[in-house]
Amino acid sequence: MSLPPWLKTTALTLGSIAVTMLGLLFITFIIGRVMPIDPVLAIVGERAAQSTYDAVYLELGLDKPLIVQFGYYIWDVIRLDFGTSLLNARPVSEDIARVFPATLELATLGITIGIVLGVPLGVLAAVRKGSWIDQIARVVALVGYSMPIFWLGLMGLLIFYGILGWVGGPGRVGIFYVDVVPSVTGLILVDAILDRNWDVFKDAFSHIILPAALLGYYSLAYISRMTRSFMLEQLSAEYVTTARVKGMSEWDVIWKHAFKNIRVQLITVIALSYANLLEGSVLTEIIFSWPGIGSYITTALLSADMNAVLGGTVVVGLIFILLNIFSDLLYKVFDPRAR
Amino acid sequence: MNAINRLLTSAAVGFALSVSTVTAFAETPANMLVIAHRIDDVTTIDPAESFEFAGSDISRNVYSRLVNLDPMDLGAGYKPDLAESWEVSEDGKTITFTMRDGVTFHSGNPVTAEDAAFSLQRAVILNKTPAFILTQFGFTPENATETIKADGNKLMITTDKKYATSFVLNCLTATIGAVVDKATVMANEVDGDMGNTWLKTNSAGSGPYKLDSWKPNESVTLSSNPDYYGGAPAMERVIVRHVLESASQRLLLERGDIDIARNLNPEDIAGASGADGVTIADELKGRLMYLALNQKHPELSKPEVRQAFKYLIDYEGMRDSFLKGQYTIHQNFLPATYLGASDENPFSYNIEKAKELLAAAGIENLEVEIGVREAQERIEIGQSFQNAAAQAGIKVNITVGTAKQILARYRARELDVYLGAWGPDYPDPQTNAGTFAYNPDNSDAANATGLLAWRNSWDTGGLTEKVDAAVTEGDRDARVQMYLDIQAEFRETSPFVVMFQQIEQSALRDNVTNWSTGQAVTSAAYWQVTK
Amino acid sequence: MAETQSLRAWLLTDTPTSRRHAKLSALYQGWLTFRSNTMAMIGLGILVLLVLVAAAAPLLSPHDPFVQNLGNRLAPLGSEGHLLGTDSLGRDILSRLIYGARITLYIVALVALIAPVAGLLVGTVSGYAGGWIDIVLMRITDIFLAFPRLVLALAFVAALGAGIENAVLAISLTAWPPYARIARAETLTIRSSDYIAAIRLQGAGALRIITRHIWPLCISSLIVRVTLDMAGIILAAAGLGFLGLGAQPPSPEWGAMISEGRRFILDHWWVATMPGLAIFTVSLAFNLLGDGLRDVLDPKAGE
Repeated sequence: MSLPPWLKTTALTLGSIAVTMLGLLFITFIIGRVMPIDPVLAIVGERAAQSTYDAVYLELGLDKPLIVQFGYYIWDVIRLDFGTSLLNARPVSEDIARVFPATLELATLGITIGIVLGVPLGVLAAVRKGSWIDQIARVVALVGYSMPIFWLGLMGLLIFYGILGWVGGPGRVGIFYVDVVPSVTGLILVDAILDRNWDVFKDAFSHIILPAALLGYYSLAYISRMTRSFMLEQLSAEYVTTARVKGMSEWDVIWKHAFKNIRVQLITVIALSYANLLEGSVLTEIIFSWPGIGSYITTALLSADMNAVLGGTVVVGLIFILLNIFSDLLYKVFDPRAR
Repeated sequence: MNAINRLLTSAAVGFALSVSTVTAFAETPANMLVIAHRIDDVTTIDPAESFEFAGSDISRNVYSRLVNLDPMDLGAGYKPDLAESWEVSEDGKTITFTMRDGVTFHSGNPVTAEDAAFSLQRAVILNKTPAFILTQFGFTPENATETIKADGNKLMITTDKKYATSFVLNCLTATIGAVVDKATVMANEVDGDMGNTWLKTNSAGSGPYKLDSWKPNESVTLSSNPDYYGGAPAMERVIVRHVLESASQRLLLERGDIDIARNLNPEDIAGASGADGVTIADELKGRLMYLALNQKHPELSKPEVRQAFKYLIDYEGMRDSFLKGQYTIHQNFLPATYLGASDENPFSYNIEKAKELLAAAGIENLEVEIGVREAQERIEIGQSFQNAAAQAGIKVNITVGTAKQILARYRARELDVYLGAWGPDYPDPQTNAGTFAYNPDNSDAANATGLLAWRNSWDTGGLTEKVDAAVTEGDRDARVQMYLDIQAEFRETSPFVVMFQQIEQSALRDNVTNWSTGQAVTSAAYWQVTK
Repeated sequence: MAETQSLRAWLLTDTPTSRRHAKLSALYQGWLTFRSNTMAMIGLGILVLLVLVAAAAPLLSPHDPFVQNLGNRLAPLGSEGHLLGTDSLGRDILSRLIYGARITLYIVALVALIAPVAGLLVGTVSGYAGGWIDIVLMRITDIFLAFPRLVLALAFVAALGAGIENAVLAISLTAWPPYARIARAETLTIRSSDYIAAIRLQGAGALRIITRHIWPLCISSLIVRVTLDMAGIILAAAGLGFLGLGAQPPSPEWGAMISEGRRFILDHWWVATMPGLAIFTVSLAFNLLGDGLRDVLDPKAGE
């Protein structure tokens, strides 16, 4: 009767994932059906005769009650069948396997840039509160946060690609490098390394760096502000004063005490940021012709390709949930107050 | 299959790389054509189903047809392709084609009359969107095997009545006339779908190019068919890359990373034409931009009001500003270059005249909703019209939506006014006459959603019969005159305000020659292109 | 003068005579702290200016924002009569920006009212109550949080119909879950602190503890978050406008103006850049203001 605690926790967590996913799918499903976009029309186009239209209507099962349609869909999903995209006639899972790595690659590089630059900047700004470093950090972050991304993106393309030629243009790799390295992970940079093909690596890197820097700048803005805010809180705490009075070096005070205490909060912030990037930054993807999941879901939604929307939502939703559970766990493990 | 392809590709590319190593200015390899284009409208590449622009481009290069249009001489009309010659029976109902010898599919199978018959029967039986192009000749899923028959190297098709032969053959140049490889297609049949599921993403043709891959919203890759009966094409690989933004396409072109940019807006065309090594090619396309007034609306159905709207369009102002170079004024439903096309454009921008007409109809405080798709040029046309209408005392509310949202309401006869675009489906006047001026049953129950006249609840005032007569007229000159007459009446009485005809502007690297997007009659061809 | 002096003295007193006196005094001291923060004052100044401009739009704008002139389209900066040039239909960009300020304020104000309040409510109740209430509320939050935001907003607007109000609702719908999570996290840490335990021992009810003791402590982090989110909210509205689901033409909504102008970005950069700059300035102002407010309002980061 009495289960070991870890088993109980795991079961609870899995249960909550399942419930959340079910709710997510249900809402998406309902939205798809109440939207005034006609999926049949999306398939048959403007010219179709009524008989063609009716045939497709029946083929999609749209004549059945909503709940029955949803039941069929869930049954398929449980068997890991996300159906076929209405608009490009191939399995949704195949599509996602193609577009998600593109987003993953971009988001990961972006968040890395954001962390590597943002965290030290935030800490420094907090430590030297009010100094010129703080002011610069503030301006850098605020400007980044306030700038319309598509404008910055297009200007970046114009300057660094169009005029200077320092980086690759739109797309993931140059035309001649398409499909050159075998796709193992779907992440071109990683695939190129696995294949030891440095030309491809260089080319792919020159394509990804600009959009990644752009996304990195945005997460930097958020991460550095939050880091500063958390650090200030710690630095004004009594134990810091005590440590200083005891003659502990400033470095140790900052990194071994204050920073250690903000780790959990910081990871939550980073996880949220990362999740946002993984959702696919639609505007960035459009400007850089980046075939990622954000533009995939958006396109699908606007053309009423509900299988594709649902499939994409499942993937993005699952990532969100996992990252959230991860940061929840961190709270429980590291923050004694929350126990 | 895939792995081998990839291996071959990497070998080819490796070679290409070692030849054209890093130069300051990128340049595409001499045997490769790289095109930036919006290909997000491709939903299927089965020729019996494919109906959008970018999909037709693929079909045109992958599949041969019985008769086809020559990209180097589009004005000449249809010419023999897989059919070497044809004869028309005395009653004018049966056409007998003689197949060309020694042509093979990409699979290596020979192209036979049986394949051709199967392809047409299949299109009729599947009854997908473009099927009406064939079924208008009386072919039905039930009689398809009777009316379309193969016998040795002959193919016979029998229509339900006598039509102008040019009309029938023009329809066969459309995508749906593509000849597919019966053996390969049927080998991939699932649940009696005649290979539809498989052909949606694969190809089985005999054309100058083979399909290597189609990645939705990413790219289409074609490689040349060395055994093409018309001779192997000069461009060994063609890559069509999906690039949404005009600005991005322009940067790629100016950097030399692509050879052709197909979706530059007027401002980027103006900018790119000044760049080194870039030329602009103009082609008149068949696409028309029009306003349609719903005749269910009590005010919009008044003849004076219909007339007044035709004076509320700033034709020249728009053509010379945000449509510059990409649209020309055209006020008839047959696009210029079509048989029977008229170049009469009697309406001009005249607020006073419109006001008089509205006053004569006793119109006061008219408020209408106009449905506009979210394409930028259409939103601007909508706003320009809104501005003009306001000066004549009509309040116009613009509803912007995605294509599918607006279209659903248009087809349901719900919109007051629709700002639309229409492209012909095959190079015969019937393609537009049969939708703008043809509506045999105007009742809601008829549900003839395919007909523009029906969508606007317009009974055509007798034009329907004239369209019927014109399509069976065998004499060319008489037929031309009939269409001119229909259009003259249509201009004055119809609830359609036809405004513009499209000009497609491609920006090319200046070493590209013989580029063709198919003008008003067909889609883009790659096999004649050289660099 | 003497009166002001005495008022000032009254406000700065160390020995307040009543509860109200103490509160006003604290407020005034906060204002003094805030006023010493130059950047925050700049932010506040910009926003006040924005409100004034929006209010006086008909007086300030040199042209009718809707009048077209196709013969004078895409006029460059500093052209005669058009300080910021004209757009694709020849409309005066400056006048459109001025009128657009009204729409921006409207969107921002509504979203800023709806989303954080909803989030605060859900988050604190969930965090404080714990148990199954926590589980249910957090599941709902998770469901919304797990939604790709744009999909949710798009779908919502697509279902309800295009327009500013629906866009605001859609954005709020996607914006509240992060606030709820932040509020819950704060609540969790505060809940187990000694002084809350002490208050509880004194017999304070849950409602009182939440509204009087937990909310004030959560508000600071929420304000930081809300102000930091403002740019995102404005851009989200613009994104909807771009897809034809937000403000309908010819409305001079800034985001819609950007998407109209982005076609010309290479040759006529100002058409998209001017509304871009307007958005940039306003979001910057919000960010500056938020930072300043944080220093004042955050009782933990204070002295």
